Amino acid sequence: MAELLQHLLNGLVLGGTYALLGIGLTLIFGLMNVVNFAHGEFYTLGAYVSFAALALAGAGFFVALLAAIVVGAALGWLCEVALLRPLRNESIDTTMLVMIGVWIAMQNAELLGWGGVAKSIPHPFPTAPLVLGPVAIAPLRLFVLVLAAGLIAAAWLLIQKTKLGRAMRATFQDRDTAALMGVGIGRIHAATFAFGSALAAAAGALLGPIFLVYPSMGDLASLKAFSVVILGGLGNLPGATLGGLLLGIAEELGAGYISSGYRDAAGFVIIILVLLFRPSGLFARQERIA
Amino acid sequence: MRRAGGWLLAAGALTLPLWLQSPYHVHVAIMAGIFGVLAMSLNLLLGYTGQLSLGHAAFFGVGAYTSALLTLKLEWSFWPALAVAVGLAGAAGFFIGRLALKLRGAYFVLVTISFAGVISLLSVNWIELTNGPLGLPGVPAPALGPWSLRTKTAYYYLVLAAVVLSYAVCRRIVRSRIGRALVALRENEALAESIGVDVTHYLVLAAVVSAAMAGLGGSLYAHYTRFVSPEVFLFTYTVTMVIMVVAGGKGTLAGPLVGAVLFTVLPEALRAVASWQWQMLAYGVLLVALVFFLPRGIVPQLSAAIGGRRRAEPASPTPRS
Amino acid sequence: MLAVNDLAVRFGGVTALERVSFEVRPGSITSVIGPNGAGKTTAFNAITGYLRPTGGRVTYDGAALTGLRPSAIARRGIVRTFQKTSVFPALSVEDNVVTGLHLRSTAGFLAVLAGRRRLAAEERSLAAEAADIIEFVGLTHRRREAASGLPYGEQRLVELAVALAARPRVLLLDEPGAGMTGAEKVVVSGLIRRVREQGVTVLLVEHDMRMVMGISDTVIVLNGGRVIAEGAPAAIRAHPEVIRAYLGASAGSS
Repeated sequence: MAELLQHLLNGLVLGGTYALLGIGLTLIFGLMNVVNFAHGEFYTLGAYVSFAALALAGAGFFVALLAAIVVGAALGWLCEVALLRPLRNESIDTTMLVMIGVWIAMQNAELLGWGGVAKSIPHPFPTAPLVLGPVAIAPLRLFVLVLAAGLIAAAWLLIQKTKLGRAMRATFQDRDTAALMGVGIGRIHAATFAFGSALAAAAGALLGPIFLVYPSMGDLASLKAFSVVILGGLGNLPGATLGGLLLGIAEELGAGYISSGYRDAAGFVIIILVLLFRPSGLFARQERIA
Repeated sequence: MRRAGGWLLAAGALTLPLWLQSPYHVHVAIMAGIFGVLAMSLNLLLGYTGQLSLGHAAFFGVGAYTSALLTLKLEWSFWPALAVAVGLAGAAGFFIGRLALKLRGAYFVLVTISFAGVISLLSVNWIELTNGPLGLPGVPAPALGPWSLRTKTAYYYLVLAAVVLSYAVCRRIVRSRIGRALVALRENEALAESIGVDVTHYLVLAAVVSAAMAGLGGSLYAHYTRFVSPEVFLFTYTVTMVIMVVAGGKGTLAGPLVGAVLFTVLPEALRAVASWQWQMLAYGVLLVALVFFLPRGIVPQLSAAIGGRRRAEPASPTPRS
Repeated sequence: MLAVNDLAVRFGGVTALERVSFEVRPGSITSVIGPNGAGKTTAFNAITGYLRPTGGRVTYDGAALTGLRPSAIARRGIVRTFQKTSVFPALSVEDNVVTGLHLRSTAGFLAVLAGRRRLAAEERSLAAEAADIIEFVGLTHRRREAASGLPYGEQRLVELAVALAARPRVLLLDEPGAGMTGAEKVVVSGLIRRVREQGVTVLLVEHDMRMVMGISDTVIVLNGGRVIAEGAPAAIRAHPEVIRAYLGASAGSS
């Protein structure tokens, strides 16, 4: 029983960051209809920014996280304005190819810039795990969990309560009406992409110190993000949150009880099963029109 | 004019090893041929049905591993092993095709990636079968009767035969009712259905042929490099295939071949100047640039330039009536 | 004969069609009219398999059509056009129609891989047939051009040609006159009559009253998802319920 609880706790830590990845992508893929295969690269970017801040600049953990978010947002904004905006009227396949190109370019730029050797990010937390009853958790992981929860809450608030969030929701529900009401469509698209990318970068900055940082870490992150989005339903924020947590837990349980080698298979299997049997996601309220 | 060009090309291809200076050049030609088969297989899906498979490495890998295992562990001869490899890859294509039937666009892509991911994980973890990350060394070279096809020159002709065969199959399919049905599905699926095109049947057919052809490429690769490891599932291979098809010209017969030659020769030529990471970086930028500036690819642009005016893309050559 | 029995289509809480029943007499031109949102295209979609009805049956010559895929229904000889212009955009007019001749040939995968002479002969006859159909709709001068480049009215003719290529026994036309000029509508009406002369049953949805009254043998009126009247054009024109339905909504006739 204690073992199960431990796995669940580990799964929550992982899942919190997957939820961040998923929320970001559900906005981009679900609302903007952009198949962002480069999403994982923003995750990697966040991890490397965090590495640069912590290992090279000697900055604090919060600063590193903030830097990752800012860089992620900025690059995301740039991507949308330079690459996606001109293609907005093209088919979804075209933007997909472009994002694949960005994926390849970013990953290999990182490979060239940082080298292929995995780096470990130093962090200020003690390594001795905190014991909370039947389970134990490393202080770093606890911190990551808390921060992830905080960021998720902040994201929800932004979407639900702020003017920007309202404008985003309006734009993607009915673009023409939103435009008539004075919403700057271009700015909303750029902001949404920037926001989604920032969340991915944050996830990278959070998970980076727990695992290692290497250029191809984004590949799996992208797929897991898609897995979460598909599980939760496109454009569905609560769905993405829940989906992320579920994926994290599924991975931990799979690694614990089946085999650690197949840990990453959870994401793949989810994609295949959900798309085949419940394409609109586990939590969607209505049938998506394919 | 075109027929003369064709004969010239055939003569050149048949005599290539004679006027290449070193075995290294023959090696490049062989790799170009193998990737040509792979690119043509991907083109069948992407160019004609319009569905992108980013999991093509899975079919390539299935072909490579099947062929390698049958010849290594069960000591089969190359030819039956090749046949089974192609068949198994085709079966995998059937599986994907049928499962992914309801899906289009991005969802199809995601399922193909996931499928490739699962197969890749299996190849790494199922050590009893695949020897895991260490791979399978010592894959035997093929033999044609008493003659071993071990030498590069001999292998070149084997690959050339495969290229010609694949091209012929693609050509026959594309320039037929089947090709028209596939294009119809790509251009307007609802309309295609209304005139009787069975979507299931044709998408699955395209997936099976495409996968089988990729399996052929995999087997050729395995017996050439004489070594198979989970590295065949590396995304770089898939990316290279996609670039070859998109740059060469998707939806054309010659496009993938042009792309394959270009993107095999170019990296080798640039090897002294730029490492493969720089090249991959360039590929990424190139893909973006292609989408913006050359969306139809090289071959259509060239033939438009040569042909003069812009013609409608032919579904199949209808004889002048 | 195409028969619709108690056809019902419900989306969540909305009832698009309810207890719709009618028969289409073979060899007739039957029009389905009604105010916007009456359910006409929904009925077409349900009949041709693009929508699964929530209730009722559609039969053709006694055999059930409900539950079949659109391509299977097409194979039984029921072919439809679409409200929004539907062609194969990148293909030439010629290639559009040759593609439409899909059901004319039975060449399967193995035949395609192997066959040479028989297939070549078949392709030639398909090309000839396509040329005939293109001439029937009057687009011979456009046959090599890409369909997407044609003016709207001509694209709709391509659409008609493609549907005819599928050798329909029943042809369902979804607003064939939509967006067309008066002259173009006359051409289309003429084509519809000629198609009927060749033995094809025509069922059409249309808003243009003059066109409808001019060519129809029977008119069926839908409103709010129900059939409210059925009969000869003259009778329908004077039908009190029909007049009420149209005055209640904005008139759609031109």
